[in-house]
Amino acid sequence: MAKLFLPYHLKKATNDEDYVEVKGKNLREVIDNLEKMYPGTKEYLVEENRIKPGLAAICGYSATRKGLLQELEDDTEVHFLPSIAGG
Amino acid sequence: MVNVSDSKNYKVIGTNPIRHDGYDKVTGRAVYGADIKLPGLIWASIVRSPHAHAVLKSVDTSAAEKVDGVFAVMTGKDLPHLADSWIDHGEGTENVAWSSENIMATKKVLYKGHAVAAVAAKDRYVADYAASKIKVEYEELESVTNVEDATKEGAPILLEDLVGDHIGKKVEKTNIASVTRHEFGDPDKAFQDAEHVVERTFTLQMVHQGYIEPHNATATWDEEGRVKVWTSTQGAFPVRTSTAAILDMDVSKVKVTPLEIGGGFGGKIPIYLEPVCATLSKKSGRPVKAVMERSNVFQASGPAPGGTITVKMGTDKNGKLIAADTSIKLEAGGFPGAAVGAAVQCIFAPYEIANTRIDGYDIVVNKPKSAAYRAPGSPQAAFATETVVNELADLHGMDPVDFRLLNASKEGTRRADGVVFPVIGNEEVLDAAKASDHWKSELGTPMKGRIRGRGVASGYWFNVGLKSTVNLTVNTDGVVALVEGSTDIGGTRTSISMQAAEILGIPATDFRPTVGDTETAGYADVTGGSRTTYATGFAAVKAAENLIEVLKERCSIIWSLDKQDIDFENGTFFATKDPELKFTFKQLAANLDSTGGPAASSGSVDLESAGGAFGTHIVDLDVDPDTGKTDIVRYTAVQDVGTVIYPAYCRGNIQGGVVQGIGWGLNEEYFMKDDGSQANTSYLDYRMPTALDMPNIDVIMVEKPNPGHPFGVRGVGEVPICPPIAAIGDALHDALGKRFYDAPMKPGRILNVLGKISD
Repeated sequence: MAKLFLPYHLKKATNDEDYVEVKGKNLREVIDNLEKMYPGTKEYLVEENRIKPGLAAICGYSATRKGLLQELEDDTEVHFLPSIAGG
Repeated sequence: MVNVSDSKNYKVIGTNPIRHDGYDKVTGRAVYGADIKLPGLIWASIVRSPHAHAVLKSVDTSAAEKVDGVFAVMTGKDLPHLADSWIDHGEGTENVAWSSENIMATKKVLYKGHAVAAVAAKDRYVADYAASKIKVEYEELESVTNVEDATKEGAPILLEDLVGDHIGKKVEKTNIASVTRHEFGDPDKAFQDAEHVVERTFTLQMVHQGYIEPHNATATWDEEGRVKVWTSTQGAFPVRTSTAAILDMDVSKVKVTPLEIGGGFGGKIPIYLEPVCATLSKKSGRPVKAVMERSNVFQASGPAPGGTITVKMGTDKNGKLIAADTSIKLEAGGFPGAAVGAAVQCIFAPYEIANTRIDGYDIVVNKPKSAAYRAPGSPQAAFATETVVNELADLHGMDPVDFRLLNASKEGTRRADGVVFPVIGNEEVLDAAKASDHWKSELGTPMKGRIRGRGVASGYWFNVGLKSTVNLTVNTDGVVALVEGSTDIGGTRTSISMQAAEILGIPATDFRPTVGDTETAGYADVTGGSRTTYATGFAAVKAAENLIEVLKERCSIIWSLDKQDIDFENGTFFATKDPELKFTFKQLAANLDSTGGPAASSGSVDLESAGGAFGTHIVDLDVDPDTGKTDIVRYTAVQDVGTVIYPAYCRGNIQGGVVQGIGWGLNEEYFMKDDGSQANTSYLDYRMPTALDMPNIDVIMVEKPNPGHPFGVRGVGEVPICPPIAAIGDALHDALGKRFYDAPMKPGRILNVLGKISD
């Protein structure tokens, strides 16, 4: 199961846990399953079938380049951070 | 050079070949955007708001249209009316409606210099004259030019339709576009348990990247409805994406040709002139060129945000950091999008701290829309954190480098925004700083009437990956033509070629690298985020490996052997079962025609981060306590650079970043007048360091290879601007016994802190 670190404002939905463990072979499945566990969370993470503009999904150490198709191994950490490249 | 890696015995990597663009650059033959001349070319002049904040009541262009020599006039209403939508630039998104309004206002002007109309005429003088005839009626509004004023109760609202996202709560009628929070552990309890707690608030002013070449663009809109653009940019493909989106057309209808670039540092990622020139071309039927005046570069392009940062950190009795809390409020400018997200990622990155809270605020103010500037957000963050860290080291009576080593983040450390670090070189950098001649040396004798001080600070940048493509073609003389889509700012044509050369076993000088346009080169994201040598270099490695496979096929044809019986090593193709059969790269190139003609290959990547990099800087400065004048007398920058590809570039890149950071720390600022306009809009008044101000900057490159790259490349260009502001503040404290919490630490501010003058 992936370890999903939710944005701070979604922590309330998960009893203030730093992360929740969610099943899924890829990021799409994990977010879909998260929505089943905590209804209303998906809309903050996904828009028009892609990761919401302005967000980057960190899978492991760095932002995935595969979007919702990113495969996830057990215990992979997933974070959602502002997306930015640099100067 | 301190080398902590098991470096391989490279033949090309780690050498300093003559750069491919060198002769053109030093002889003046290199072609920049302002050099472009096309048949029938006319010039654009842009009308800009004299007010920092006003409703745009009306724009009357009739008088300008009657000026002899005028071919076209436009206002913001000539650009497509776009609904809110987002375009993706890889890691980084752009709201097209805001970008369009930033390029030319239709409703309100949000900063002095905001474009409201444009004229195209037979030359720039006629264009300027005609532009002066355009009558614009404004309803002036109160302006706010800093984060405190913009967030006060009753502050004028810049964007009436902005709905702020404040930690998930939708808020209307606000200048705070977003508030984000990251929290781990229990910082409040940890502060209660702490031996020492230091809390300080820092202010920084807006600063400009200071590139020498101003923004420019030339565009044609042809009879097929296709737009061609020539411009100075950090990314031709992102310019294509933005231009197409703002003109509401398909990307393939826009062709962008990047010219040589006279500096960017993040400021040449956004676009300002391209849709304007294209629209004027559509109206006039001629190619249209625009080149910004320096004052407009300052007032109407994208500088780095100023803002206010509060940092609170606590230690246990052994000096171990146990808690940290920060509030980062950055000026976005007229539209949302300050670099607060990056600042959040960087602010506590050099340290392992169990209990953290980070609040980030993106706040619109009546200043030009901010843009990236070398490690956007990180220098501001480092000024705050590193100053507090130095104070805590003092409270514990510890050497500040030892304090940092005790608390250093390392592989496996959870960054304060939650992400776990992979292999990083933070501790190795600190070890190298501690072992450096500079850190071990005596301070020496200051200049007469001066007091000398030494300071130290660290910094971090996360280094991105993203998309890149490289195409290779072998000429019959054995020279390889390399086409890349990454614009070359710091010599990347050579550092990319070197990586392909290492694979092919030929010298880098046997490459002819070219930066292609959007129809000749494969896709590449911006040259930014310290990504090009890493990602485009990786693409070059892939292209070279693919080329070897192509060339093995050719050998198999010539030698009538199976491809599997052919191998390649050190630039030589050979038959594994017959040592007599072999070709050097050049010999094979000369025999390609009869084996199927040109040999070509391509490599492309879409990479994740190169892994973060760290720097620790040491500075000695002399300060005159009577005048506040400072002189940097010695500077050493220590940085984790991954594997060094081109040492001279690497060193120069770090030195350049240091100089920009010193300018930020000592003198540079947008000096704002009460009417919301910038007072210092030329290089006469905007005080940047020159060669006369700088000593030689020593660079210690620590090689901690990135395991995710064939040669271990990380990224170099952004880390060096992060530590200087804080390091300078620490040196001033060492000299004067006073801490500095406001940048720049200019002479007047130094005298103010010393109590010799008042504000």
